[in-house]
Amino acid sequence: MSKENKDVLYGLYDDEEILLKAVDQANSSHLDIMDVFSPFPVHGLDPKLGLSESRLHIAGFVYGAIGTLTAFLFMTWVFTRDWPIIFGGKPYWSVPAFIPITFEVTVLFASIGMVVSFYTVCGMAPGITNPTLDDRITDDKFCIAFDVTGADDASKDKLKGFFSQSGASEVNMKTI
Amino acid sequence: MSAVVSKIREPLIEGGKNYHQITEDICSPTERTPSMAWVLAFIVAVSGLAFYVFCVGWTIWVGIGSWNLNRTIGWGWDITNFVWWVGIGHAGTLISAILLLFRQKWRTGVNRAAEAMTIFAVICAGQFPLIHMGRLWLGFFIFPYPNTRGPLWVNFNSPLLWDVFAISTYFTVSLLFWYTGLVPDFATVRDRAKGLRRKIYNFLSFGWTGAAKHWQRFEALSLVLAGLATPLVLSVHTIVSFDFATSVIPGWHTTIFPPYFVAGAIFSGFAMVQTLMVITRKVLKLEQYITLAHIESMNKVILVTGTIVGVAYLTELFISWYSGYIYEQFAFYNRVMGPYWWSYVGMMSCNVLSPQIFWWRKMRRSIFVTFVMSIFVNIGMWFERFVIIATTLARDYLPSSWSYYTPTWVEIGLFIGTLGLFFTLYLIFVRTAPVVAVAEVKAILKAAGDQYTGPNAAAHATTKEAKAH
Repeated sequence: MSKENKDVLYGLYDDEEILLKAVDQANSSHLDIMDVFSPFPVHGLDPKLGLSESRLHIAGFVYGAIGTLTAFLFMTWVFTRDWPIIFGGKPYWSVPAFIPITFEVTVLFASIGMVVSFYTVCGMAPGITNPTLDDRITDDKFCIAFDVTGADDASKDKLKGFFSQSGASEVNMKTI
Repeated sequence: MSAVVSKIREPLIEGGKNYHQITEDICSPTERTPSMAWVLAFIVAVSGLAFYVFCVGWTIWVGIGSWNLNRTIGWGWDITNFVWWVGIGHAGTLISAILLLFRQKWRTGVNRAAEAMTIFAVICAGQFPLIHMGRLWLGFFIFPYPNTRGPLWVNFNSPLLWDVFAISTYFTVSLLFWYTGLVPDFATVRDRAKGLRRKIYNFLSFGWTGAAKHWQRFEALSLVLAGLATPLVLSVHTIVSFDFATSVIPGWHTTIFPPYFVAGAIFSGFAMVQTLMVITRKVLKLEQYITLAHIESMNKVILVTGTIVGVAYLTELFISWYSGYIYEQFAFYNRVMGPYWWSYVGMMSCNVLSPQIFWWRKMRRSIFVTFVMSIFVNIGMWFERFVIIATTLARDYLPSSWSYYTPTWVEIGLFIGTLGLFFTLYLIFVRTAPVVAVAEVKAILKAAGDQYTGPNAAAHATTKEAKAH
């Protein structure tokens, strides 16, 4: 998410299978892929790109735990300290009756927390415009992008050679 | 790029589509000018909505006295409608969450529209408890906020308050789940659009790019949200049933209510999905995405849940006799033979008997039968709630308090009005958002990667041969 403009050389592929092969090829010839874009999640791509597993679910657990504690401790405080009332001859601290609300608040906190975290770490929000390389990436093209800012012609030619060899249907430059 | 058709299994998407065709087929309905049929349907729906607003205004202005509720029959059409709508709102999250966890790939064809239906149904459901309060402007009293009356907190031991938490959590989580799924598809629509339309969809798509890391997080998020939504969807109708089951009214105070309500909710939700899908697939020409196989699968769910509900009805009757408790026995005798016998007959025939037609494959795969049945089930499930609520209250412990309840035009208007609200929202949805989850459908287009047959397949084929040697 750097503010400076980047020169990006990217190739478009027609199918995720060719894309996966091309990523393998780029890895074996030690090319430094900036990013891969696709219209849908391509399974098997993450390990090839060296992406570690998402930690969103850990965050979700933490948010959920906060929700559990918030709901349970709050109800406990209200009915044992702040304003104890006897309902139906039950004890003030009637734990079974707290379970439904505790559960709901757990789910609520975990969901909202995870969704907000997801958009934050992805740099997304209503009204944000992130630069995109090609309009067809959300349609039917699979894209491998290289950062070629300040690169010499020889290394650009090497990348172009890689694209034509790995079956890219199109190769373009864009400054984003 | 087109899918190879298996001889054994029906394809999830018919017509040998490629990725671009999928985008084209699903996104183009949002780009065309609305058809005459849509405009007419929208006019009818908005008229219903306008009538709803009028009836709400009337109820608030005149007061709850404009309804035919009385001292014993405190719940009538309002709570019947509430439970009916909440029940309908169960199918969407069930399809998108539980079927995601069970890796049922056919869900991708219908999950988007079903989730939208869920959200709109929960909006309709939420209206009734609020209007029922009478003093709508004091509705915020149901939330536990620090107030100047002590602070006197809400009663956390009351199932009615659990309901507040359950419904509002369910609505929020369903909305987040649905919208997060929509974001990549809004990006697809954005990248096809120009001018103002592009700006609007750019806003809605939150700056989605389709980067590999984002997709990874997206899938992680979807999976955990599905894991959270699954117990949530079961908890919501369980808690709705607690509204009845924790009371001391014979006929309500039963332990069978939570599973029976949940099965009924899935049953009625799938029926409403069928009603909408049968029309939507036809009008938007999505028959190749929402296929007969989808309709058949959902009819199987309707058959199973309808039969579960039937077993629950019979169990209730048996247990009331077996309990030896005369008030319980009377409550059920009254349901079947009392003044509201016709609603019991309507419930039994629509919910238990009529779905049995789906034992025949030919019936499960008939569009006409499916549509008629879905309407039957919607009616039957409404009767079920009416039977439980009005019949029971009309004959309570004191024969001197017995009475007969018929709704006023305001109560009927509120029900018809929420149908207007529901269809207004649904019609706006089909015009503005991709009705089928574009990205998810693309991901299941090919059952296996080696089905690629498009251009550039040669390079791929040679590597495959090399692997074989």
